[in-house]
Amino acid sequence: MSRVALLRLAVVVGFVAVVELLCRLGVITPLTMIPPSAMLLSLVHLIADGEVNADLVFTLTNIAAAITLSIVSGFILGVIIHALPRLRRVVDPLLAAYYAVPTFVFYPLLLVVLGVNRLPLIVIGAMFGVVGMTVSTIDGIDRIPRVLMKTASAYDMNPITAALLIKLPAATPHLFTGVKLAVTYSVIGVVAGEFILSIAGMGRSIAFAYNDLDNTKMYGLLLLLLTITTLLNVALQLIEQRLYKRWGRA
Amino acid sequence: MMAVARPSEADVEPSAPIAGATLGAEGITHVFASAAGGPGVKALDNVDLTLARGEFFSVIGPSGCGKSTLLEIASGLMVPTEGQVSFEGNVLRGKVPDGIGIVFQEDASFAWLSVWDNVAFGLRRRSVDPAEIRRRVDYAVAFMGLQDFSQSYPAQLSGGMRQRVCIARTLVLQPRLILLDEPFGALDQQTRLLMGEEVLRLWRETGATVMLITHSLDEAAMLADRVGIMSARPGRFIETLSTGWPRERDSGIVADPRFGELTAAMWSLLRAESMRSMRRGGA
Repeated sequence: MSRVALLRLAVVVGFVAVVELLCRLGVITPLTMIPPSAMLLSLVHLIADGEVNADLVFTLTNIAAAITLSIVSGFILGVIIHALPRLRRVVDPLLAAYYAVPTFVFYPLLLVVLGVNRLPLIVIGAMFGVVGMTVSTIDGIDRIPRVLMKTASAYDMNPITAALLIKLPAATPHLFTGVKLAVTYSVIGVVAGEFILSIAGMGRSIAFAYNDLDNTKMYGLLLLLLTITTLLNVALQLIEQRLYKRWGRA
Repeated sequence: MMAVARPSEADVEPSAPIAGATLGAEGITHVFASAAGGPGVKALDNVDLTLARGEFFSVIGPSGCGKSTLLEIASGLMVPTEGQVSFEGNVLRGKVPDGIGIVFQEDASFAWLSVWDNVAFGLRRRSVDPAEIRRRVDYAVAFMGLQDFSQSYPAQLSGGMRQRVCIARTLVLQPRLILLDEPFGALDQQTRLLMGEEVLRLWRETGATVMLITHSLDEAAMLADRVGIMSARPGRFIETLSTGWPRERDSGIVADPRFGELTAAMWSLLRAESMRSMRRGGA
C-alpha cells in the first residue's frame, strides 16, 4: 500500500476512532448516534439473524435494474444525440440543467402510471443516473480518434454495428465516469424512493427503524448500505484501473 | 547491397496510361463545403489516375494538396464532387468494396483488443471459418514479425509495432489494392526505412496493387514503381515519374546514384508547389 493510501486510511480510521470516543464519553448521545463499534455489531446481528435478507435482496435487485437501465438507455441516448448534431444543439443545455430538476417531483406520476410496486423505484433510480451516462457517452464518443470511425467505415459497418464494435469499446474509459455516476445516482434514487414508497427494501427498513427510534437497527442498516456501495465503488475503481492500464491511458 | 538496375533518362518522363487497371479515377474534383455557407474549399481538381495490377504507386505533394482526400475517394470512403472512381471495373459509390484495404497515418489499432484479436477483427466480421481465421491471422502476425506480441495490447507496443498491427489487420483480408495514407508519418527515419522494407516485402509476396501517400521524397522514390507528383491545392497531378526499380528491392537502393537523381527530379517539380502551399499557410 502506498504512503498516500496509508495516510488516507489513517484519516478514516482516526475519524471513526474520534466518533467512537465521543459516543462512549456521552458527548454524542445514543439518541443521536451509536458508537461505530455498536453499528458494526448491529450489522453482524442483522445479517446473522437474516432479518434484512428479503429487504436487502429487494433493494439490490432494484439497484441492479436501475443501474442497467440507466447505463443502457444512457449509452443509447448518448450515441443518438452524438449522431444528430442538430438534436445535440437543442438538448445540450437541457442535459446541463437536468440535475437542477428535483427528479422526485415525478414520483406521484410514476406511481399513477406504474403502480405501487418496484417499477417506480427502478425508474426513479434510472432517471437519476441516465443523464450522467448520456453526457459521458457523448463526451466519450467526442474523444474517439477520428481514424477509428474511418476504420469502421472501411469495414463497411452500419451505425449500430459501429456503435457496438467501435464506439462502445473505444469510449469505455470515458464511459466509466458515467457508469460511476449511474451507480451512485441509482443507489440514491432507489433507496430514497424506498423511504417514500415504503413497500419493502432497505430504505423502508431504515425509515421504520428511524420512526421507531431504533437507532441500533437504523445505524446497522446504514452501515450495511454504506458497505455495499463502498464495495461497489471499489470494484468499479479496480476495473477502471485495470482497463486504463491495459489500454495505456493515464 | 542488392544490385539495382539503373533506369534510363526516359524513366523520369511522364508515363503512359497502363492497361489492366486495378483502380481508375477519372476527372476527380472535390470541393469541401464551407461551414459558413461560402464557396467551399476545392481540394482536388480534375484528377485522373490509373493503377495497373500489381503496381506500387506513390503520391507526393505539398501539405494540404488533397493527397489524403484522393486516397479516401480512391478507397470509396468519400464520394467526389465530380468524376468517378472504379475498382476492378466497378464504380465506387461511397462504400469500401471487398478487395481494398486501407492503412491510415494515425494509430488505428483497437486498444481494447490484443494484437491477435486486432488482426482477426475483419475476418470475424466476415464470419470466416475459425480454423481459417487462425491460419490466416497466425500467418499475418508472423509476417509482420509480431508473433512474440500476439497476446499483447497495443498500449504495450511501440508506434512502429502498432502500425505493423494495422498493416497485418489489412493484410489478413487479402486485399488486392492496399491504400497507405502516410503510414510511417509518425515514425523515426530508421524505423521508416525498415517499415518501408516490410511494405515492399508485403507488396512482392501478396502481388497486391499499392498506393502510398507520403510527404517523404525518399520514401516515395525508394518504394514506388511510379511516383505521382501533385500540385498545391487544388491538387492535380503535375507529373508522374517512373522509378524503374526492379521488383526485388530494399532500402539499400538509397545508396544508388539513381536514387539521388530521382529525388532531385521530384524536388525540382515540387519546390514551386510547396512554396505556393506555404504562402497559403498550407504547410
